[in-house]
Amino acid sequence: MHSIIFIVFLPLLAAIIGGLGNRGLGNLPVKILTTGALFIACALSWPIFLSFVAGTAEPSVVPVLHWVQSGTLSFDWALRVDTLTAIMLVVVTTVSALVHLYSWGYMDEDPDQPRFFSYLSLFTFAMLMLVTSDNLVQMFFGWEGVGLASYLLIGFWFRKPSANAAAIKAFVVNRVGDLGFMLGIFGTFLVFGTVSIPAILAAAPGMSGASIGFLGYRVHTMDLLCILLFIGAMGKSAQLGLHTWLPDAMEGPTPVSALIHAATMVTAGVFMVCRLSPMFETAPVALTFVTFIGASTCIFAATIGCTQWDIKRVIAYSTCSQLGYMFFAAGVGAYGAAMFHLFTHAFFKALLFLCAGSVIHAMHHEQDMRFYGGLRKKIPVTFWAMMAGTLAITGVGFAGVGFAAFYSKDAIIEAAYARGTQMGYFAYWMGVLAALLTSFYSWRLMFLTFWGKPRWGQSEHIQHAVHHGHDHPEEANPAAQEDSGHDATHHVPDPQEHDGTAGYHPHESPISMLIPLIVLSMGAVFAGAVFNHTFLESVGFWKGSIFYNEGLIHAMHGIPELAKLAATIVMLIGLAIAWWGYIKDTDMPAKAAEQLGPIYRFVYRKWMFDELYNFLFVRPAFWIGRKFWKIGDVGIIDRFGPNGAAWVVHRGSVYAQKIQTGYVYSYALVMLLGLVAAITWVLF
Amino acid sequence: MGFPILSIMLLVPLVAAIACLFLEAKSARVVALLATLIDFVLGVVLWANFDIGGAQWQFVEHAPLFAGFNYALGIDGIALMLIMLSVFLMPICILASWNSITRRVGEYMAAFLLMEVLMLGVFMAQDLFLFYIFFEGGLIPMYLIIGVWGGDNRIYASYKFFLYTLLGSVLMLIAMLWMANAAGTSDIPTLMQYNFPVEAQRWLWLAFFASFAVKMPMWPVHTWLPDAHVQAPTAGSVILAGVLLKLAGYGFIRFSLPMFPQASAQFMWLIFALSMIAVVYTSLVALVQHDMKKLIAYSSVAHMAIVTAALFAFNVQGLEGGMIMMLSHGLVSGALFLCVGVIYDRLHTREIDRYGGLAINMPKYALFFLLFTMASIGLPGTSGFVAEFVSLAGVYHASSFATLVLTTGIILGAAYMLYLYRRVAFGDQKNADAAAMPDLDLREWSMFAALAAAVLWMGIYPESFIAPMRSDIQALDARLAQAAPKGDAQLKVGPPNAHAANYIAHGSESTGEAH
Repeated sequence: MHSIIFIVFLPLLAAIIGGLGNRGLGNLPVKILTTGALFIACALSWPIFLSFVAGTAEPSVVPVLHWVQSGTLSFDWALRVDTLTAIMLVVVTTVSALVHLYSWGYMDEDPDQPRFFSYLSLFTFAMLMLVTSDNLVQMFFGWEGVGLASYLLIGFWFRKPSANAAAIKAFVVNRVGDLGFMLGIFGTFLVFGTVSIPAILAAAPGMSGASIGFLGYRVHTMDLLCILLFIGAMGKSAQLGLHTWLPDAMEGPTPVSALIHAATMVTAGVFMVCRLSPMFETAPVALTFVTFIGASTCIFAATIGCTQWDIKRVIAYSTCSQLGYMFFAAGVGAYGAAMFHLFTHAFFKALLFLCAGSVIHAMHHEQDMRFYGGLRKKIPVTFWAMMAGTLAITGVGFAGVGFAAFYSKDAIIEAAYARGTQMGYFAYWMGVLAALLTSFYSWRLMFLTFWGKPRWGQSEHIQHAVHHGHDHPEEANPAAQEDSGHDATHHVPDPQEHDGTAGYHPHESPISMLIPLIVLSMGAVFAGAVFNHTFLESVGFWKGSIFYNEGLIHAMHGIPELAKLAATIVMLIGLAIAWWGYIKDTDMPAKAAEQLGPIYRFVYRKWMFDELYNFLFVRPAFWIGRKFWKIGDVGIIDRFGPNGAAWVVHRGSVYAQKIQTGYVYSYALVMLLGLVAAITWVLF
Repeated sequence: MGFPILSIMLLVPLVAAIACLFLEAKSARVVALLATLIDFVLGVVLWANFDIGGAQWQFVEHAPLFAGFNYALGIDGIALMLIMLSVFLMPICILASWNSITRRVGEYMAAFLLMEVLMLGVFMAQDLFLFYIFFEGGLIPMYLIIGVWGGDNRIYASYKFFLYTLLGSVLMLIAMLWMANAAGTSDIPTLMQYNFPVEAQRWLWLAFFASFAVKMPMWPVHTWLPDAHVQAPTAGSVILAGVLLKLAGYGFIRFSLPMFPQASAQFMWLIFALSMIAVVYTSLVALVQHDMKKLIAYSSVAHMAIVTAALFAFNVQGLEGGMIMMLSHGLVSGALFLCVGVIYDRLHTREIDRYGGLAINMPKYALFFLLFTMASIGLPGTSGFVAEFVSLAGVYHASSFATLVLTTGIILGAAYMLYLYRRVAFGDQKNADAAAMPDLDLREWSMFAALAAAVLWMGIYPESFIAPMRSDIQALDARLAQAAPKGDAQLKVGPPNAHAANYIAHGSESTGEAH
């Protein structure tokens, strides 16, 4: 298993060489270097995964370097490979390699390509460190490493103020989660005396009856630790309350959204809960909390996804919602299903994002779906790939045969029902309802983009392109890429032609972008059917790397047929509503929005979370900071402290002028004399 | 008695300092650089010859001067690491002043070299009064550096600096006199084992605290630091943040904790409370600064608050974490002040809004600045993380509440540092003069590269730095154990649950593989 060293460190090496070489090396060498490294890593990862699927591999740990030893607190750099890691290895390296390749086409005209590719490879390295960690601290290293790469890539077009704001927001909101993660690690170290994951998992059941003091309260030890750690997962995986950074992160280039904010980094929280599943199984309250947050996020994000116009934001909220599914799966004990959905989701969500990127590429950086329409025939490969992604995410399938999420999402919904607790049923109903919304917003996206008549004649971006020729000269200048993510007011000039195209004809993307779409389409279509049994029902596959809940698997087989079919039924209803509203009677959505009035606006404005947080945290922080500075430091401490003392001294010195010179060296001299006198007094 | 390496390390800069007074600008720079480099090499020799796990006090030199007052030098692992920090930063300071100081260069270099003598002396001294002379003597060159080569408001800043710190140390001197009298010796290693009566410990602790709290600086006696930093020349800021602030931390670990363990335990909550306030308060103040140096100065106060809390956590992680934090902060804040200095040299303003988009015309600078920003935030892989993590892991054993409040520093720290970085390096090039600034030259690049290497080394393999201190910290921890307060965790292990939380019974236990 020593190939793991190459898998993890090749991307790092490529990132360092490419990043430091930068323009000195030139675009092409850096692109070949980073993409090549990732394809090698990917080629080395699949055999590991397949050997676990075949059941021939055993978990192993490759030590790398001693890290920290402070008293009993000790942890090393090491690479752990077991079933859970192997799954993440193929997900991360495959999607990353394809995204590298895709970026050859997508970023073709960007002047900073070496920097972009180095960041991508750096991200991949950090993500691999996260999934191969054998202790909580190395996991935290990867955790923060992917955070850094995410920060750099969201802010890749660093001249745009909105991109910078989104990058900082992503980092700082994640840090709120990290506060929980760090406290969780400290607490774990206090309770178990170690941060090694296998040691903790082995000792956890023995602590399931323990209590501990925290902030003056006595609480259940394992519940406390697991909730603290889960707060970290909530930040990274954009769960309700700490989700606000994810939609804004769409400011980054679209390949970044596909790799980091859909397939890999945001699933790190789910990975963490699954990795620590034997520990979470000793914490009933924490698991209920996980289920509640997951189920709430899955429905909450889905509602917002139904109202957004920006194609990337729809997919971003969809990601948020799907992560909710994974979390409530973990919460009810279906860790295999959670990992399975993580696995399939990585393929179809990366696919959806890359397709969106291809549409955006064709539409000259227009992201507003109101300016799409009728693209089916213009960009057929993208259309069919996105169709595969949509069929996968909505879970189309019947009688045991279907696309990816038909297996993974339905397994999650069934598991929630089979769990049989109140929170389980809550999650079940939220999951079913969210499945309806998932189907609705996914098909809404498809119909708005690919069906109907062209509407892009009125798009600013398209007009820009038409007037400046088709060579996209301004793409070379990132600053010219306006903030189209928000509800930018589009001017309405006279369309030059009456077919709504303004004379602009979208073109299919280059081959380097289409190959990843085709490969990922295969994943979206087949990943579910091929690995269904392996992930869900094979205890030999997991080899103890997650908590395997045999009772739940049995219970899942015993649930009523209707409960099983519910997901498929609501999927069809969602499709029908979308068809009605966006193909048959296109005035209907606007009317419905008007009818719903304030509720629609509340959902459209993303449940007002940004406004609330600005009001509660951001503005007060700056206000208090100013008060502390101007009133605290200057007004009180300085005034009554040194300045006050100086004033007293000054007054006093008027009277003592005769013996005081006021020069510092005379004070120093007095001090020295005093010292000598004092020593003399001590000694004699 | 072998080769008196410690005395030679003091003598080299002292001789060079005297020489510089009589040299013209060009040769003064060269002499100063050579002297500091020689000291750095001697430091490396010292480290290489330090016997890890050997005698506690090594390289001991002892010469009685007059009636009980001794010229006594010697170091343990803790002192060794701080000496390394000092000798590493000094050549960088000289290089940083290479072009920016044009007035009275000889005197300037002499002041810096004298400062090096005094700083090293603090860490080497084994006699109470020798320590005091070095400790307070360090004020004078710093006072001159700010007052003569500082900014527009340098006189106010230098007086504030001098008065603040001097007032604190008067009480410490009185305490030292009492201790020498009571214990009958001024030998520091002996005093570290001496058990003062608890009642006396309390007063002595407070007297030392008065001095160290100001030097550290702790809230609310921190207001001299932003002014001193803003007015000091770049190299002055580097050495102030890099080493002078560490003198107080060294004082806590060398005097307050081992000499007054019971009092330290009793005043633990005072330290925790002030540290918690400092982290939140100064981080929020840093968020609203317009002056780059002020921002970094306030962030220093927040970082040093983690040091104080960690040192008083009464366990190995806290002590080691606090020490690593001092070393890390010395490198990182020094590097950040250099980052400010480099662009100040070009544009002569510290106003954040005058910059912007530097990543475009100064990519090398932007990369180094990013690295040090991340180290300040405590990104794993940099020294800042090891420092923060080990420190706070130690504090958690003492108090979960203090840890929670101190850990909010990682959120606020990210906010103010990234906000700074965004306004300086990112965004569009708003100002033509800032956009025309050239990237790093070789001199600047080499300073940053050295610091970056150290920051990454300490982040990835901190064992090199922890190992020499390990046995000293363990000894200190053992001495503190008698007084260590109980933490608030009070883990009680009850009977474990029979089943996993999501356990579901199913009829056919044995047919698990049937499906």
